[in-house]
Amino acid sequence: MTDLDRRPGELTLGELLRWTWRQLTSMRTALILLLLLALAAIPGSLIPQSDVDALKTSNWQADHPTLTPVYEKLGLFSVYDSPWFSAIYILLMISLVGCIIPRCLVYWRALRAQPPAAPRNLMRLPDHLDYPVDEPVDDVLARAAVVLKQRRYRVITAADAVSAEKGYLREAGNLLFHLSVIVVLVGFAVGSLFGYKGGVIVMVKGGFSNTLTQYDDFDAGSLFDPDRMEPFSFDVKGFDAEWLVSGPRAGMAHKFDSQLTYRETPDGPEHDYDLRVNHPLKIGGTEIFLIGHGYAPVFTIRDGDGNVTFQGPVVFLPVDQTFRSFGVVKAPYAKPTQIGLEGEFYPTYDYTRATGPFSAFGNALNPRVSLLAYVGDLGLETGEAQSVYSLRKDGLKLLKKPDGSMFRVDLGVGESVDLPDGAGSVSFDRVERWNKIQISRTPGTGTALTGVCLALLGLLGSLFIRPRRVWLRARRSDGSTIVELAGLDRSGGGDVGAELAAIRSAMQTAGADTELEEIS
Amino acid sequence: MTNQAWETLSNQAVGACGVVYFLALLAALAEWAIGVGARSRASAVNAGVKVGPGVESADVVLPETGSSAGPSDRALMLGRLTLLLTIIAVGVHAVALLGRGMAADPHRVPWGNMYEFTLSGTFVVAAFYLAGYARFKLAWMAPFVLLFVVTVLMVAVLWLYEPVSPLTEALNSYWLVIHVVSAVISTGAFTLGGLTSLFLLLKTRWPSATWLQRVPGPLDLDRIAYRMHAFGFPVWTFAVLITGPIWAHEAWSTYWNWDPKEVWAFITWVVYAAYLHARSTAGWRGRNAAILALVGLATLWFNFIGINYFSSTSQHSYAAPVEPAAHSVLVLGRT
Repeated sequence: MTDLDRRPGELTLGELLRWTWRQLTSMRTALILLLLLALAAIPGSLIPQSDVDALKTSNWQADHPTLTPVYEKLGLFSVYDSPWFSAIYILLMISLVGCIIPRCLVYWRALRAQPPAAPRNLMRLPDHLDYPVDEPVDDVLARAAVVLKQRRYRVITAADAVSAEKGYLREAGNLLFHLSVIVVLVGFAVGSLFGYKGGVIVMVKGGFSNTLTQYDDFDAGSLFDPDRMEPFSFDVKGFDAEWLVSGPRAGMAHKFDSQLTYRETPDGPEHDYDLRVNHPLKIGGTEIFLIGHGYAPVFTIRDGDGNVTFQGPVVFLPVDQTFRSFGVVKAPYAKPTQIGLEGEFYPTYDYTRATGPFSAFGNALNPRVSLLAYVGDLGLETGEAQSVYSLRKDGLKLLKKPDGSMFRVDLGVGESVDLPDGAGSVSFDRVERWNKIQISRTPGTGTALTGVCLALLGLLGSLFIRPRRVWLRARRSDGSTIVELAGLDRSGGGDVGAELAAIRSAMQTAGADTELEEIS
Repeated sequence: MTNQAWETLSNQAVGACGVVYFLALLAALAEWAIGVGARSRASAVNAGVKVGPGVESADVVLPETGSSAGPSDRALMLGRLTLLLTIIAVGVHAVALLGRGMAADPHRVPWGNMYEFTLSGTFVVAAFYLAGYARFKLAWMAPFVLLFVVTVLMVAVLWLYEPVSPLTEALNSYWLVIHVVSAVISTGAFTLGGLTSLFLLLKTRWPSATWLQRVPGPLDLDRIAYRMHAFGFPVWTFAVLITGPIWAHEAWSTYWNWDPKEVWAFITWVVYAAYLHARSTAGWRGRNAAILALVGLATLWFNFIGINYFSSTSQHSYAAPVEPAAHSVLVLGRT
């Protein structure tokens, strides 16, 4: 095929690829991609994200039945790993690499280059000045070379002029910044591919060992290998929190302190550790955080036959700052019918006609429970997964008093009550506490942190180092020497005028010094 | 002094510095008005006389200091008065912040909630203005900086006020000092830079408007704006991408949670990165770069105030009601 066969505007594959590459690596495209990235990040901050807050997301989805399928198709519930978000940052990275690698090569050559020769007419440059002196041309040039070298310029002297350049590190900083961005991304990717994060509620006086089955919720990267989980275990020996009883934050707890004893390996020695907020425990590459706490009332349930069918602490989840907590008790082995309880726990019970029962304080000063009782089929045999925090009520019957009025299991510590219809009895024995522990392993954190710090260093270089070229020419005219001084700022932001003035005064001071030396 | 006395002192100092800022604003406006009046008369004279060859470029007609007619003694006096009042107001403002920190038990840095963060933010804007006053010849900016500071202070006192209270647990970390101080500093620099960019746009649009005569030429504005953004950007990087993640890692086990506050901080970072690139890209320099700077500023302040009203997602919001508050307070400063 000859060139004549081609219609105007037609490109061969190679040309098309080259054109695409050039477009992609142009600064304009990079700018647009940056803005797109900013724009694309917005929806994720307005719509609840399933990997940030699963509960909130499912609530939102329940409230918006028409929007949900559309949003789901668009990946709006997990924006930050959606294909379109990834597309933008991958394109941005390609653009960045395509821009940086050629610039590294250029920079490598420029590093060893000499300052360019002085332009013929220095007075045409935007920043310039000239002044007469009495000395011969060579002395002026020699002194200029010394002065400029003192000011950390790279200097080369020609017959009638001195060329000088400095600020090579600006471009180095620029390149370092962009390369570090890639390092950060690699660190981030390693963390999200190989890392995991899990949460578990551990009873105070209870324990935990690091295997997958022990977690309440667990979220791992796609290349995570459960065999590489560190085999540590710990017991929560005790837990303290201080409650503020006065001041504007009254009712708030602080100084949480969970006393752990842990072993790094099953047969390793025991260590003690005070687990506090902002003070995680690190075992190998895994970190353990205290992120919450709450109450677990201990119940004893006897069934209709009078046998103890359930006994133990039940985790109630706090719903507000007063630790009013919600929970469910299930007694599937009760005879003749299964028993289920659902309701609230109040650490400091109080009651007004207007508000009904409420908790006046987060500390367990006057703990009470108020539960509704159900009998029937709890639905546990169906094999369907069921949350321990909710009751499936299709097979259950709400128990009422014989006169048909509402029946509630309202108990203080140590009290018990018989259920109507001879279904059994419930006693509230005492209150235990639990800690919510988060455990995570994020490899690549060090890489990401190093990358960010290097990026900052590069950024500082690229913003504050000023690349400059300065030329000085001396020529004889009417029995005196005219010194012409001109400069160019290659970053397009600095004031070269001030630099030239500084060089001039340095030249004159140096000149005065040598004259003094000659006289003495 | 008791905690109560410190708190009262702080409240009174906030009121006092608001009044002094307002007086400074009045002085600055008066100076501006006198200047504009004098200059429009002067340029009328100039236009009548047709002063020869020098009148080719806009820059010559509008010298940078705008002193074609030489500012009148009254304008000079008002200018000095504005500066003096601003210095006094910033001093009193500092007392207000100190009082806030001393009133808490135990003593702490005064940025535990939105009110305190706003107080600190406005302080930094005003203090930076004074710091750059001589170096960047910022006198022309006085009315706008003061207007901004007075307005935001008023918003803080009217809507954001909260009594002094101890920090929530997750906030109780020395990272609070490092992280928030860097965020506040960059917010101050970006705000001043954004104001300058706004005037760059106005000046480009109406190069010979009388009321803009005090404002320096576009080239100077561009350079001042760039300097401020170039200062703010690394500090913002440090706040958002280094100290923020380190603290998040210590407090909530993940260094980056895609929490709305983090997302918007990241968006701000990306927009300012775009601004810096735009300044060195043909076709984006000047006007477009200035627009980007303003977009960046909008995302910054939206993140600070606006996002609270759109989203309150927080990673620990159901299992542990003590911590979620911490998360929103931590980043939002809201309780």
